[in-house]
Amino acid sequence: MTPVRTPLDAVRLRADFPILAREIAGRPLAYLDSANTAQKPRQVLDAMTRFYEASYANVHRAVYQIGVEATEAFEAVRPKVQALLNAPSEREIIFTRNATEAINLVAYSYGRTNLGPGDVVVATEMEHHSNLVPWQALAAATGAEIRYIHLDANGELDLGELAEIARAGQVKLLAVVDQSNSLGTVNPIRELADWVHGQGGVLLVDGAQSVPHRPVDVQALGADFLAFSGHKLCGPSGAGGLWGRRELLEAMPPFLTGGEMIRSVRLTGTTYNELPWKFEAGTPAIAEVVGMGAAIDYLSAIGLDEIHTHEAAISAYALDRLGEVPGLTVHGPTDPSRRGGVISFSLDGAHPHDIAEILGADGVCVRAGHHCTQPVMAHLGVVATTRASFYLYTVRDDVDRLIDGLHRVRSIFRL
Amino acid sequence: MDDLYREHILDHYAHPRNHGTIEGADATAEGMNPLCGDELTVDLRIDAGRIADIKFHGRGCAISQAATSMLTELVEGRTVDEVAALTKDDLLAELGIPLSPVRLKCALLGLGTLRVALNRHSGTPLPEGWSGMDEVDWR
Ligand SMILES: Cc1ncc(COP(=O)(O)O)c(C=O)c1O
Repeated sequence: MTPVRTPLDAVRLRADFPILAREIAGRPLAYLDSANTAQKPRQVLDAMTRFYEASYANVHRAVYQIGVEATEAFEAVRPKVQALLNAPSEREIIFTRNATEAINLVAYSYGRTNLGPGDVVVATEMEHHSNLVPWQALAAATGAEIRYIHLDANGELDLGELAEIARAGQVKLLAVVDQSNSLGTVNPIRELADWVHGQGGVLLVDGAQSVPHRPVDVQALGADFLAFSGHKLCGPSGAGGLWGRRELLEAMPPFLTGGEMIRSVRLTGTTYNELPWKFEAGTPAIAEVVGMGAAIDYLSAIGLDEIHTHEAAISAYALDRLGEVPGLTVHGPTDPSRRGGVISFSLDGAHPHDIAEILGADGVCVRAGHHCTQPVMAHLGVVATTRASFYLYTVRDDVDRLIDGLHRVRSIFRL
Repeated sequence: MDDLYREHILDHYAHPRNHGTIEGADATAEGMNPLCGDELTVDLRIDAGRIADIKFHGRGCAISQAATSMLTELVEGRTVDEVAALTKDDLLAELGIPLSPVRLKCALLGLGTLRVALNRHSGTPLPEGWSGMDEVDWR
């Protein structure tokens, strides 16, 4: 029986986040930059402090009591990530520092052994630089060709280009973001998975912006690899992860080499450790992984479905209210059901930097810039946008303060 | 906020001085703020070791546009050596507004770009940290 959940009460949940009580210029923070990084609930901070105070030791090495406890606490996070992603096995969960490192792991270990001249690696015009530059570097190193799926006028992928891409060579890998960090677009991952598998290639999903915000099921998506960052799901910075299909991971060489990832080392040769430790060289971010586990517990108790529903409601409200601001253009899909809780916009006559500065002085935190997606900016014909992004602790008052701030921007610049 | 967006800044932003390009310029440089993708081009006409004309264009925030506009007024008619020796503090004194470290980069984009143009023309020193930033071409 599935438990019955009540709708998420953001006002109540805000009390879990100490930083949201901080005042800037006499007003509490209106933190609208969760797509950049999420704030941390006390539950996560406490779990890390408790761990440091009671059980901290290195993992996988010590036979004494706290060493055993530290290893248990660290390893207990693997099944939490497994459940979060509905992965078939916890052995398929590799801890990394962040999504960027997870993607690089695949680009090096899978890419450099499986791609060569005549092969094609496919990315999209909407990728975060973290899911773009590693593939450009892979193509340069192996002689494979990189092809892109471009954006249409609505900020969605133009799947009509797939046939032409398939003619360019042997498609070996498609790297695509589940939900865009600069446009909010939610991509048709299942359809792309079926296409790339039909080509004989594999699919890497960048889940940095989806895993924190809605249920993600790697099996239902048809993914072969999925990367995510803990800091975007209320965990500490410094911990994230990669999920990969076991057969693929087992056949891949290690990424980083050194301690922890070996079974035995002789001066004449080395046997690598089994999954997942083969890919976890060196002392990991132990307390951060423990903190990420606490964050997953926290989000799971609230329910990712509920978080998604809440963000959809806040987004709809924000889209409505942004429509009141003269000269404002919202980028990305116009259909609210095809976008997540990320809204990028331009305001005629005001540069994003100036907007963010004026809002910031009143404690309204938005991001101004290219959001590490310069090709998207080029597609939009702008150098930068202003972006507001939402999470479980976002309330309508935050949006109202954003709108008030935008009116103030217009008055300062006499627009 | 009233500190930052003062009348003279808004005025230079709305009505940038020396905005445009110079046909057959003696020196040109493009600058970019990697943080926000702002782009700026500075064109120079140099006559007998003096800046006879300067024009700029590009896309940027109020701070970078106003700072560059004020910079052009500051350097016009001065010698290349004098201008190459201008420090960031000289420009900031001219601007007269408090800037956070991030916005400092916006304010200094024009000065850095101008110094690259002078380097190309006269071999004066490059601004610190501007060398070795050539684009990586993956193809
Ligand atoms: C879509 C997307 N991919 C990848 C990343 C990179 O995440 P990290 O910097 O945590 O590695 C981000 C972070 O902004 C992102 O939004």
